[in-house]
Amino acid sequence: MTDISAQHGSASRSSARRNYSWRVVDIVVAALIAVAGGVIFWAWSQGANLISTPVNAVYPPLSGLYAGGWMIPAVLGMLIIRKPGAALFCETVAATGELIMGSQYGTTVLISGILQGLGAELVFAAFLYKKFNLPVSVLAGAGAGLFCGLNDSFLPWGWNIAYEAGDKLAYIVFTTISGAVIAGGLAWLATRGLAKTGVLGSFASRKAATEPVFS
Amino acid sequence: MRSSPGVRPAAVTARGWGWRHAGRTRPAVSGLDLDIRPGERVLLLGPSGAGKSTLLHALAGVLGDGASGDPGGSGASGEAEDADETGSLLIDGAAPRAQRGRAGLVQQDPETQVVLSRLGDDVAFGAENLAVPAAEIWPRVREALDDVGLGRLPLDHPTAALSGGQKQRLALAGILAMRPGLLLLDEPTANLDPAGVLEVRDAVGRCLDKTGATLVVVEHRVGVWKDLVDRIVVLQPGSATDSAVLIDGPPDRVLAEARDMLIGAGVWVPGYVPATRMRTPARGAGQTLLTADALAVSRERPRRAGLRDGFRTIAPRPVQSGLSVRVRAGEALTITGQNGTGKSTLALTLAGLLRPVAGTVSATAELSSPATGHSSGRSSGRVRDSAGPDPYRWKAQQLIARIGTVFQEPEHQFVTGKVLDELMFGPRHLGYGEDRVDELLERLRLTELVDANPYTLSGGEKRRLSVATVLAAHPQVLVLDEPTFGQDANTWAELASFLSELLDAGTAVVSVTHDAEFSAVLGGAELRLRPRENGAADAPGPDLQLPEGASP
Amino acid sequence: MRDALSLRGNHALLTRANPLAKFTAVTLITLVLALSIDWVSASVALAFELLLLPLAGLTVALLWQRGWPLILAAALGGWSTAILAPDSGPVLLDAGIWPISAGSLQLGIGFMLRGLAIALPAVLLMSCTDPTDLADALAQNAKLPHRFVLGTLAAMRLVGIMAEQWQTIGMARRARGVGSSGNPYQRFRATLGQSFGLLVQAIRSASRLAVTMEARGFGGAARTWARPSTFSGLDAWVLLGGLGIAAAAVAAALGAGTWNLVFLTRQ
Repeated sequence: MTDISAQHGSASRSSARRNYSWRVVDIVVAALIAVAGGVIFWAWSQGANLISTPVNAVYPPLSGLYAGGWMIPAVLGMLIIRKPGAALFCETVAATGELIMGSQYGTTVLISGILQGLGAELVFAAFLYKKFNLPVSVLAGAGAGLFCGLNDSFLPWGWNIAYEAGDKLAYIVFTTISGAVIAGGLAWLATRGLAKTGVLGSFASRKAATEPVFS
Repeated sequence: MRSSPGVRPAAVTARGWGWRHAGRTRPAVSGLDLDIRPGERVLLLGPSGAGKSTLLHALAGVLGDGASGDPGGSGASGEAEDADETGSLLIDGAAPRAQRGRAGLVQQDPETQVVLSRLGDDVAFGAENLAVPAAEIWPRVREALDDVGLGRLPLDHPTAALSGGQKQRLALAGILAMRPGLLLLDEPTANLDPAGVLEVRDAVGRCLDKTGATLVVVEHRVGVWKDLVDRIVVLQPGSATDSAVLIDGPPDRVLAEARDMLIGAGVWVPGYVPATRMRTPARGAGQTLLTADALAVSRERPRRAGLRDGFRTIAPRPVQSGLSVRVRAGEALTITGQNGTGKSTLALTLAGLLRPVAGTVSATAELSSPATGHSSGRSSGRVRDSAGPDPYRWKAQQLIARIGTVFQEPEHQFVTGKVLDELMFGPRHLGYGEDRVDELLERLRLTELVDANPYTLSGGEKRRLSVATVLAAHPQVLVLDEPTFGQDANTWAELASFLSELLDAGTAVVSVTHDAEFSAVLGGAELRLRPRENGAADAPGPDLQLPEGASP
Repeated sequence: MRDALSLRGNHALLTRANPLAKFTAVTLITLVLALSIDWVSASVALAFELLLLPLAGLTVALLWQRGWPLILAAALGGWSTAILAPDSGPVLLDAGIWPISAGSLQLGIGFMLRGLAIALPAVLLMSCTDPTDLADALAQNAKLPHRFVLGTLAAMRLVGIMAEQWQTIGMARRARGVGSSGNPYQRFRATLGQSFGLLVQAIRSASRLAVTMEARGFGGAARTWARPSTFSGLDAWVLLGGLGIAAAAVAAALGAGTWNLVFLTRQ
């Protein structure tokens, strides 16, 4: 109902060409993935705070290892929806949710969210939105993590803006690794699991569980 | 009488219509020929898999947005990838998707029938989408809310505070504000308690009398809708040769002619209670397994106060307090009461899953450290270490070997990706043998499904699986939360018979249910919860807010 | 958690301002404060923000109740800056490997105050802004695509239900023998499983919600708005207020000679 635009007929002919316009179900599912991601991360950090707070007090850049949790929606949203903008949209919604719940970063959390989403989005775009395998997911997660690290270290509102260069570098390396493993790896695993349950029936990712891992 | 400004009853025509969902090999519906005249009221019946919901979705214009883009495409790709439509399905001679707002749909799950946070906004949503001029929307909203009996609530009333029945009436109001000629109801009362069922049914009746709109309703419980409809259409699962419509006619005739077939398909035919196993009379009181005294319960956890209050914990406000409960081997206990009275909360507290706000739940020695359980025959090799008296403090594995809990939503309890692994999960962790698993597979008709992903099963299969997985750990106490909600008559009868057998074998069964017939089969005592004396739950009259956090 | 999405009967003055105007004012203050790490500009902004609490329907007690985790976070941020910023001036405290110098301590304190001054207006904004009104303003005034704005709004309404489901799934899995106890690895696995369960439910709920919305005609190009989002004289005051606070903060810092552009931070 949403955008059944002019491509009627022509789209079915060339199987390579996908319909990249967003349906209502794409929008709502993407947004709720971001919301659920927020709930999961919130619940998760309740327990992890006990460990992470002392660690951060000793060597703050280590907190970057934990940052990947925030970027799961970016990669997961794209792996499921498979339409341009999904990573950016999901991560922006996740950041908006955080703002509404009360964020220590104030409104700058929106900028962080947009940039993290962009980091993942650029990787998927580089593969022309055709590859959603494990390496691409990990790269996208790393992209989100890299942008997260850059934002936090070099932009005026970044919390690490006053660190020494070496510490900034360490932090960026940590966020990138964290993004690759947590956001990239876990989101890819989750998508395969979800595809097996049949809930992805109306998305292009419905066969994700049987797709090759590397190609 | 049958007319209201702006509502023109719709006609439905299907000619050889069929639909295959994207990624499936078999069509959900095929070869459907059907004519529904304007203003007719049709009850759609049929076994699960007959495509009833698919038909309603198609009429509502929400089908066919296949992931790969092209709906009705019988194009060159032709794989099972894209959705596929055959024949024609028309409302007033035009495709449903081309006439937004001509049909309005209410689905089963109340939570997802609400779109916005404020009552009035939610009703206005559909009218806004149809580009009704803003000045005309609010009068429509008020009229629609009056029609469904929610007119006494303020327009900014939070939709989250509504009960299930109220949410479904709100959904109906949201549709009425679009002035549709066709009302589509997809099991709108399956998730409601008996009071909610009637409140929704009556609201639908009033609105139809007022607008004269056409109605198509799908529902297992024929008795609820029989007097409201003037035609019953029975569908059968799609096949290439047969027609999709099995029987079609006035309710009394269809129910007389097809009674046996409908009963076989699990439909709740009026005046028919499925045959179930009778309980053998008890041989005296069973041993007490679990006791609760001065118990206060709440779903909320204690909050931690801020720095100023020294991070002390603040106890939540209980939804029930001062309860005393005895759970005995071989006896059933039924917990009943209105929505929001904390029935599930009590059951989960008894089951060792929620911490009591006040008072105690304690297991007797018989339950916490039995020398030999009731299923002593195969207890060899398993660790029955003594656990303390407080079930909430038990380790998860100690708990499941003693108290099993079946949740209302089976999916919440799935922990693996395969039916067999799901059943083996408990026994494997407890070091049990596999014999009980085979027996349960057989007994609950799951043998064919061992390799399936649990999430892909049908509603009845999921229910049977969730009961089987919990029983595989041999608990002496079984707690069930609304086990019969939304189940067809066949699954209902199987479940009731199976539980009565367990009871006779000495298991204690605690169930939260609105289903009086189900309680009757199990026998035993009833614990009826009343709304709390003070506070928001005070004497919930019509449309009074029910407390949050206490789901039905 | 469900409460976080409603105004709970808040009728303060700022609830009547256009969300977009409030958002712009808050962003303005945020960006200006972000430019410098100094305790003067942060303190001045913080003082003004505290004065505005009543206009947003907040009291200090309420703020404390909701906001103390933010204060802890800001303190931690200040601490990390103090130990990791380049050192200058006499070393005050040699905490093992991390020496804290006078310069880095000043930076740390400035950073902490700045963090609070940035976090507080966002809390203020959300406590006097209903998400529905915010969405109306984003779609009608800021002209963001309404399908995305309203789709997101509808999904966000389910956050409370998602939080409840998280709890329910946790209990349901304990009833299957998956405990939240055990060694860290087991706990991690258990949390992953619980997260997966929640994702399945989230996608199911979202799919049903999407059907509900489409069946109510959502998704087309044309649409009317039952709640027109408009600007009023109040919004001009809100913008002026934001501008005023930002200007006062900068002026005070320049006057006191503490203005300290982040990119040039040396101390």
